[in-house]
Amino acid sequence: MVSAVFHSPLSASAESLAIKKEAASAYFTGATGTNDAKIPVTTPAGKPSFDGRGLVLVVLPPVLGLVLLIGIWALVSISTSSSIPSPWETWKQALTIFADPFYRKGPNDQGVGWNVLASLERVAVGFGLAAAVGIPAGFVIGRFDFLGRMFNPLISLLRPVSPLAWLPIGLLVFKGANPAAIWTIFICSIWPMIINTAVGVQRVPQDYMNVARVLNLSEWKIFTKILFPAVLPYMLTGVRLAVGTAWLVIVAAEMLTGGVGIGFWVWDEWNNLNVKNIIIAIFVIGIVGLILEYLLIKIATAFTFEEVKS
Amino acid sequence: MNESLTSKFIEIQNVEQTFKTRKGPFQALQDINLTIAKGEFVALIGHSGCGKSTLLNLIAGLTMPTLGTLLCANREIAGPGPERAVVFQNHSLLPWLTCFENVYLGVERVFGAASKSTGAPAEKKAQLMARTDAALALVGLTPAAQKRPGEISGGMKQRVGIARALAMEPKVLLMDEPFGALDALTRAKLQDELLEIVARTQSTVVMVTHDVDEAVLLSDKIVMMTNGPAATIGEVLSVDLPRPRRRVELADSTQYLGYRKAVIDFLYTRQAHVEKAA
Repeated sequence: MVSAVFHSPLSASAESLAIKKEAASAYFTGATGTNDAKIPVTTPAGKPSFDGRGLVLVVLPPVLGLVLLIGIWALVSISTSSSIPSPWETWKQALTIFADPFYRKGPNDQGVGWNVLASLERVAVGFGLAAAVGIPAGFVIGRFDFLGRMFNPLISLLRPVSPLAWLPIGLLVFKGANPAAIWTIFICSIWPMIINTAVGVQRVPQDYMNVARVLNLSEWKIFTKILFPAVLPYMLTGVRLAVGTAWLVIVAAEMLTGGVGIGFWVWDEWNNLNVKNIIIAIFVIGIVGLILEYLLIKIATAFTFEEVKS
Repeated sequence: MNESLTSKFIEIQNVEQTFKTRKGPFQALQDINLTIAKGEFVALIGHSGCGKSTLLNLIAGLTMPTLGTLLCANREIAGPGPERAVVFQNHSLLPWLTCFENVYLGVERVFGAASKSTGAPAEKKAQLMARTDAALALVGLTPAAQKRPGEISGGMKQRVGIARALAMEPKVLLMDEPFGALDALTRAKLQDELLEIVARTQSTVVMVTHDVDEAVLLSDKIVMMTNGPAATIGEVLSVDLPRPRRRVELADSTQYLGYRKAVIDFLYTRQAHVEKAA
């Protein structure tokens, strides 16, 4: 649910790419499912014009999309008589900001680089804790029917709650803004990991378990050779959703808790009425999210294998 | 004693299998009585849904019968185990392991620890690897040992499945339509290879099939099953064709055609109209 919001057009195209890769039955190493796959490779090297057309088809649509976005932005800027700054002014401002992203002038005035790193650190800690708890929990819930039926109602009840609703509880328990923000990240990223891992365990093909029974494998071998590799793709999907959600939530959480972080930075710039910086922050958040998503998709495809057709 | 063990290596006595379904109990098998001798090649044949795979799973120990007993070497079959290796219909190789690792997994389990029943000591890693290599060589897959199942053809995958089963030196080899998903040419090739391997290893084999030619070509005994529900053994046909058997020579043999006719007659005349019965 929350994660669905994360699917910006760019990340959505990245995702469809990944799906295409899997569908192309290029299960491991040899996956070359990039956009180049659309270009007919049969063209001899002596015909550069054809290759050029392929390149245009690959590059043109995203560029047009970007042009459209900037065009609308410029129109809005003009129609609001520049209370929304124009793309050009924002670009100039961005150049000055990124000329020195890592400066420190006191606790509340630090470069955008420090703010992004602070947010990433919170996400990493919260997400890491959630993975440490959620993935084993998912295995247990998926493997043992009784526990599954015990915890499923709880998960169904708690999962739809906005993670920000947990922030006051975190502030109360941990008596600090930073741990409370990490706690919020923990809560929002634990659900996708529990659920996806549990589903993965339940979907391990019965054939594999029969193999384990016929070979009379030990529990440890079953876990390392069958269960874990079979669940890994599901688990990584959970991780991807969790990181996406965490990156969404951290901005909101930091607006509430303050300190150093990209969310706080946005809020601070709003208080300074510096709209250019807010727009820059939006792009920074988007680009960081995109990079996170891309890296995790790369990892996931490396661990996706052909399933047995049954 | 030894002789009775040889002639009654697997004994199936009054076995009945009932599954619980949403619509109530479904009786899949009833009154199954069958003995299989050591070194015998038995084919289970029948229309789809007649419970031949159910019977194989019972011998494998993957499921337990509702009634009756199954014995293997005078011991009750209490669960699956490597002494009754199964070649699965869809090969069931683990896609994240190489062919070598898939075979090694079983070898390691059977020979990597000291055997309680025979007292054989645990083998060293080099021995285990040699066994794995030998099994892959037996099915002609030495060059593909380091490939993953996704990188090889369907026929090769099925061969790895056979190698995995054979490498464990099972008392019984159970095959559930092992060549069902393959094209006719690959199937014929693997059947010939299987004939050769079984002749060499003297294995006891129980094979589920729906292919009449496959059954006659490979088996000593063809167990023909009636249509379900509550399927049972309709007829057992002994195939007394001399071995080694060659498919090209058999194609003209009147004896072969006679066996073929008998099975076809059972399947399509006496046990026809599956859809109407079901």
